[in-house]
Amino acid sequence: MVNPVRNNKLAENAKMKDKNTISNGVKFAIKNLDIWFGTIHALKQVSMEIEANEILGAIGPSSSGKTTFLRMLNRLNDLSPNFRMNGEVKLENDNIKNIDAQFLRKRVGMVFALPLSLPLSIFDNVAYGVKMHGVKNKKLLQNKVEESLKEAYLWDEVKDRLNESAFKLSGGQQQRLCIARTLAVSPEVILFDEPCSGLDPISTAKVEDAMVKLKQKYTIVLVTNNVKQAARVSDRTAFFLNGELIELDKTELIFTGPKDKRTDGYIRGKFG
Amino acid sequence: MRNPYRSQKIAFFFLFLATLLIVVPVGLIVIVIIQKGLPAISWQFLSDIPRQGMRSGGIFPAIIGTLYLVSGAIIFALPIGLLAAIYLSEYSKDNLLTRIIKLAIVNLAGVPSVVYGLFGLALFVVFLKFGVSILSGSLTLGIMILPVIITTSREALESVPQSFREVSLSLGASKWQTIRHIVLPNAIPGILTGTILGLGRAAGETAPILFTVAAFYLPQLPKSIFDQAMALPYHLYVISTQVPNVDEKIRYGTALVLLTLVLFMNLVAIVIRYKFRKKKKW
Repeated sequence: MVNPVRNNKLAENAKMKDKNTISNGVKFAIKNLDIWFGTIHALKQVSMEIEANEILGAIGPSSSGKTTFLRMLNRLNDLSPNFRMNGEVKLENDNIKNIDAQFLRKRVGMVFALPLSLPLSIFDNVAYGVKMHGVKNKKLLQNKVEESLKEAYLWDEVKDRLNESAFKLSGGQQQRLCIARTLAVSPEVILFDEPCSGLDPISTAKVEDAMVKLKQKYTIVLVTNNVKQAARVSDRTAFFLNGELIELDKTELIFTGPKDKRTDGYIRGKFG
Repeated sequence: MRNPYRSQKIAFFFLFLATLLIVVPVGLIVIVIIQKGLPAISWQFLSDIPRQGMRSGGIFPAIIGTLYLVSGAIIFALPIGLLAAIYLSEYSKDNLLTRIIKLAIVNLAGVPSVVYGLFGLALFVVFLKFGVSILSGSLTLGIMILPVIITTSREALESVPQSFREVSLSLGASKWQTIRHIVLPNAIPGILTGTILGLGRAAGETAPILFTVAAFYLPQLPKSIFDQAMALPYHLYVISTQVPNVDEKIRYGTALVLLTLVLFMNLVAIVIRYKFRKKKKW
């Protein structure tokens, strides 16, 4: 279940943590968060902190509220017409309600469950966000695109065909393209919403590698249906069930000796 | 026992028959018009004014009049229709009022064209004092094709996957940037389809222009948008029913020119649509 190579990487990265921390260690502070969609109570009294430069894994059966939780962090839930919330979510001491959604989403990027390339060329996909934030200089855009693609480990595979349609790439490549696209706008936090659900094991490994390395610069929140993936890459793991946060602890502790019976049952595959 | 392959064959036959029933009459109409109208087509017919009480000469003023009217209608209706469609599909909240508005627009497309003619007469010609003019006619035609343009554009906008919008917004793009750079480019083929339908209708209708612009006989070209003009569909009506002893080939020739004109305008839109579809990378 636990991959020794990756664990070494984690150990290395743990040393980096102190040096590169941007904020005071707490990126998101969430207090008594309740979310409703119409009459459905999707999240119930969730309170937690997300630390800077950590990978926080969120696991739980489907409709447990983990994706709602993720989409809260960049206010993507606001797009649903009957969305209501109570409680407070702070990004480095600023309530995210008071941050303009555009700027919040620039700081908090997102990679979706399916590789959703935009109907543009590979280059334009990565450059899209940067262009939308007003960068017009071609040289600057080119540098940014190259840098982001390298960071997502895709550059070598696409450098000769940047003008081709993004839809010509394989699923795994498209997902790394989506990561590059998110990196290009220089976010502080990256939200991954089941990023490997449609990928084969090799592509999955590449995306996981990318995440572990990205942790040095970014804070990562990973929602996953794959319990083993959470065990492999996340530093801390949160277990959601029926909209409640059941348990949040260091990944080793969650997977070796969870305090709650329900957590234990879920990671052993007894339900969900 | 029933043979599933036989019932498939029977079903296939009826489906084919239904298609044939549509294609054959359309084909026949086109063939008859071409056969009877083609002998009338000459350079003089296309470029001369009507002479001898429209029994000879050409139909140039009517061609120009129709071109003016159709262009005017599109210039008026496309921007307004598109903006309304963007508002309805992207900004308006889904409540009873919006649903009533959408339903009303869909139903407006089915209002008989003569009603639009009367409306144009009352509003543009009389109330706004534009007189019987190209301006009044274009605006009336524009209002007539607005519902078609709004409905098809709205459907085109709504068919752009929601996930594209979410991706764009999640990258920090504003709502307008998302519409401008992601939604609109992918909706253009559908919007052009609406425009094509509108064009065809504007060029072919007689009733809306009857009271608002059409001149029975006008041997010179219009000089401004406040002039009256001849138009092909009305001219066809006039020489078919109002003027005795008009040669059959002139009537069919006029019909052929009208048909070709509409076809040509549609062709332009289809080419543009094709180019956008090819650019579409999914």
